[in-house]
Amino acid sequence: MTLRKSIPADVRPIISSALVISVAVGVFAVSFGVVSVASGASVMQTCALSLFVFTGASQFSAVSVIAAGGSVASALGGALLLAARNGVYGLSLAPTLRGSLGKQLLAAHFVIDETTALASAHEDMRLRRWAFWACGISLYTFWNIGTLIGALIGNSIDPKTFGLDAAFPVVFTAMIVPHLRTRNGRRAALFGAVAAVALAPFLPVGLPILVATFGILFGVSPDQSETEST
Amino acid sequence: MSWWLVILLAFGAYGSKVLGVVVLGERQLSPVLQRCLVLIPAALLGALIAKDTFTTVQNFSIDARLAGLIVAIGATWKKVPLVLVIALGVGATALVRALA
Repeated sequence: MTLRKSIPADVRPIISSALVISVAVGVFAVSFGVVSVASGASVMQTCALSLFVFTGASQFSAVSVIAAGGSVASALGGALLLAARNGVYGLSLAPTLRGSLGKQLLAAHFVIDETTALASAHEDMRLRRWAFWACGISLYTFWNIGTLIGALIGNSIDPKTFGLDAAFPVVFTAMIVPHLRTRNGRRAALFGAVAAVALAPFLPVGLPILVATFGILFGVSPDQSETEST
Repeated sequence: MSWWLVILLAFGAYGSKVLGVVVLGERQLSPVLQRCLVLIPAALLGALIAKDTFTTVQNFSIDARLAGLIVAIGATWKKVPLVLVIALGVGATALVRALA
């Protein structure tokens, strides 16, 4: 096992946890592939989304708006707003990802929820870098293989019979949990939910989602549950 | 689906990643702006959950998807792994639809 020996001992647990996360995300990608194709995207378009967009929440969001009959502009708006959080992650990862411009541009593509979480779990810069790249590369691989499998499956089944239209709210429920830990997070989520349903009959499909973004203004006032600890 | 959506989303999503890592780098954002930006996923995901459960195109509607949402909330609450949450939620919807 020369490969095993060439990996430093303190890095091995990082690589195995990156692989575990990646396998789970790969199965998750299968569900994206299925619902994307069911929403009217081709297999090629579905794979292109995972290869070049590579941020799950935005991909699901765009496909969900299209499935409901929304315009390209409204699908794009919501998905881009969700993608904006990767910019915030990028700020916090920038010290970890110092290096040549080419390396930074490649690293940027891997800046998502999971890589940020795994890298931030370590204090040591060297381990942070290992965690980021191990998670980024393995997750990218599994995300794209899973997407392709899902897209091919989605082409051959009726999604409604298997309850796959419920995959959207189910996936979003799992994704929202970490964001409900603060009081402002819960307020913003509730505002968004009410806005989306209450405005649906009056605005074109997809637009209520954008209006829901005004929920972020709860952040103007400091969160009691956060300020107490700082 | 339009290829424009795929292309524009790819550029936009990569653009915000590059903006954070390369362009802004190690600069500090104002605390108010930071507090607002971290709330984007909460507001949008809350809206998406409600839209995908309670509306069909522009109409308010309650159907088998609600069963999936309830099961998903319960499973998430119990800290069930993500893959199982999806399977249970989707399965509950399919079951309710088949029985109805």
